[in-house]
Amino acid sequence: MNNGENMRLNGEADEEDDDDDANGGLAAWERTYADDRSWEALQEDESGLLRPIDNKAIYHAQYRRRLRSLSSLATTARIQKGLIRYLYIIIDFSRAATEMDFRPSRMAVVAKHVEAFVREFFDQNPLSQIGLVTMKDGVAHWLTDLGGSPESHVKALMGKLECSGDASLQNGLELVHGYLNQIPSYGHREVLILYSALNSCDPGDIMETVQKCKTSKIRCSVIGLTAEIFICRHLCQETGGSYSVALDESHFKELLLEHAPPPPAIADSAMPNLIKMGFPQRAAESSIAICSCHKEAKVGGGYTCPRCKARVCELPTECRICGLTLISSPHLARSYHHLFPIIPFDEVTDKVLHDPRHQTPKVCFGCQESLMNPGNSPGIRVSCPKCKQHFCLDCDIYIHESLHNCPGCESFRRPKLATYDE
Amino acid sequence: MASAPSKLYADDVSLLVVLLDTNPFFWSTSSLPFSKFLSHVLAFLNSILVLNQLNEVVVIGTGYASCKYLYNSSSYSNHGLEDGRMPALCTRLLKNLEEFVIGDEQSIKEDPRGGTMSSLLSGSLSMALCHIQKVFRSGSLHPQPRILCLQGSPDGPEQYVAIMNAIFSAQRSMVPIDSCYIGSHNSAFLQQASYITGGVYLKPQQMDGLFQYLSTVFATDLHSRTFLQLPKSVGVDFRASCFCHKKTIDMGYVCSVCLSIFCKHHKKCSTCGSVFGETPVELDSVSKQKRKTPE
Ligand SMILES: [Zn+2]
Ligand SMILES: [Zn+2]
Ligand SMILES: [Zn+2]
Ligand SMILES: [Zn+2]
Ligand SMILES: [Zn+2]
Ligand SMILES: [Zn+2]
Repeated sequence: MNNGENMRLNGEADEEDDDDDANGGLAAWERTYADDRSWEALQEDESGLLRPIDNKAIYHAQYRRRLRSLSSLATTARIQKGLIRYLYIIIDFSRAATEMDFRPSRMAVVAKHVEAFVREFFDQNPLSQIGLVTMKDGVAHWLTDLGGSPESHVKALMGKLECSGDASLQNGLELVHGYLNQIPSYGHREVLILYSALNSCDPGDIMETVQKCKTSKIRCSVIGLTAEIFICRHLCQETGGSYSVALDESHFKELLLEHAPPPPAIADSAMPNLIKMGFPQRAAESSIAICSCHKEAKVGGGYTCPRCKARVCELPTECRICGLTLISSPHLARSYHHLFPIIPFDEVTDKVLHDPRHQTPKVCFGCQESLMNPGNSPGIRVSCPKCKQHFCLDCDIYIHESLHNCPGCESFRRPKLATYDE
Repeated sequence: MASAPSKLYADDVSLLVVLLDTNPFFWSTSSLPFSKFLSHVLAFLNSILVLNQLNEVVVIGTGYASCKYLYNSSSYSNHGLEDGRMPALCTRLLKNLEEFVIGDEQSIKEDPRGGTMSSLLSGSLSMALCHIQKVFRSGSLHPQPRILCLQGSPDGPEQYVAIMNAIFSAQRSMVPIDSCYIGSHNSAFLQQASYITGGVYLKPQQMDGLFQYLSTVFATDLHSRTFLQLPKSVGVDFRASCFCHKKTIDMGYVCSVCLSIFCKHHKKCSTCGSVFGETPVELDSVSKQKRKTPE
């Protein structure tokens, strides 16, 4: 699903690239080199020869460092995942977004990373909502209403990838202020502006708008793609947001993803509590029922409130009849791997490997890849401190970064587990 | 790592990873004998290998106390018949299966007081996903992987988090999890797994015709699937397991800090240690004044 969207995005971006005459006057063959940046994948060895960078070893070393810093971080920081944040993302699609200092263009880069951000945001804040607004031709366009489904936002964004005219910071802020001012007070109001332009074309006094946002307790943050601008800094300072300017694509991605976890100021002020929730069942594809949200008869899909049995179309929502908060349990479960992280695996030392008393497994427990060197001596591997199974380096990374289960620990029933039941 | 691979390979070549439930507690109560079940499955696996000579089959045993790789078609040649009688699939698989089941029953005898009847689905799912990642790493030319769970044991609520982790990882790598559930009640875990990853969930009605169910629903490659009318979902059980008793619940209390689920009100969250106020919050009490949809 994710890939499909990506490919479509790239496809469109490429087309746009081709149509664009202002391409620095490069010939097609020159452009392929410029786009690939193939020289970045080379390094010079001792004798001055160019060699491809040995990515695998570097990658694994980087990963181990990241893993260590993550596990030390996890013990100190406690993130409030149950916060209800209402976030509007305002994207600058003015003429400035066609600039090609980001490849293939600022617009394509912004869209690609906003897609990743939206998904990450909902992983980290399953109860929160996002809305999208674009700025172009001096006005602000409303793209999606506040909602909790990443798919609908991504779809709406990818369908509207074009830039023109000027950006208007004031119009953008006025538009989202109108929406955010109406949401209930338990929700946290936030705006994130991705700003390409160096100017703002406003109909009135923007300082008044900044003060309006401040009094409505809307936290405004800006990520610039060009250079620091006074009005953006002023806006962020006044409303308690953060302001940063991206140096390149990877820096932009980093800055954007920093906004996915709740800002510390909000996380500290919220009181922990228990929220009563229902986990509805999805109805059979062939069933017919009248939904309580649209009051229409619908075939298939839909969810049934476990308390009053009313039918609703979408999750998360609150039941119109009995008021219970309804959420699909997988929605919550997406973040559980943060709660029960698997411990980093240990590198198996040479001493242990060559100790004749130890039996060294010949294949990786996870993927069955051979762990032996060509000369049939035991090769490099890691082992789980709990279950003592051996894994290859690729599985090590996959297990900690995506799977979040140790196949070894999951494959043996420990006597301890049996006492859990009843 | 988790990103989906490019699809340069032929779209009708399949890698089928079968998770075979061998839980002795289930099979001793099942109306369908294990040997009958096995003959249906062997015929089905053989038909997969015959459908396309590039197809690959991997079988992982889901036992009560352990999980193990039982068979990998790419490591044995399946051409012709070994010693003139049985194809490699049958001899190899049956031999490994026997060893595995004996070993698994041995560990039950060593620890006989387990009250649960579930098998270790979380383990075999995790192994299958690791194996599939290896196939993704092998280059752009590889068969299209999918997982088929042949499961009969009831869900083990204590595996809830691990199974959900595996489901999301499969979803991110675009690996569908198909399930053929032959137990008496529906499996909420497998319904969710198939729904989230875009696989098919099926609970056959007639066990005698198991081969026919398998070959008509689960044999087609992912590309051809788009042209078929596959069984429609009969609903998905989205209930969760509470963290305190590992009980399946449809209503509960959620910790606002870490989103742990509890079946009743607690003073303190056992997962993250947050201390709660006296009365649980119902969000609706505040959202009655929910904003009207703007024009
Ligand atoms: Zn409806
Ligand atoms: Zn209700
Ligand atoms: Zn491995
Ligand atoms: Zn382990
Ligand atoms: Zn409980
Ligand atoms: Zn908690």
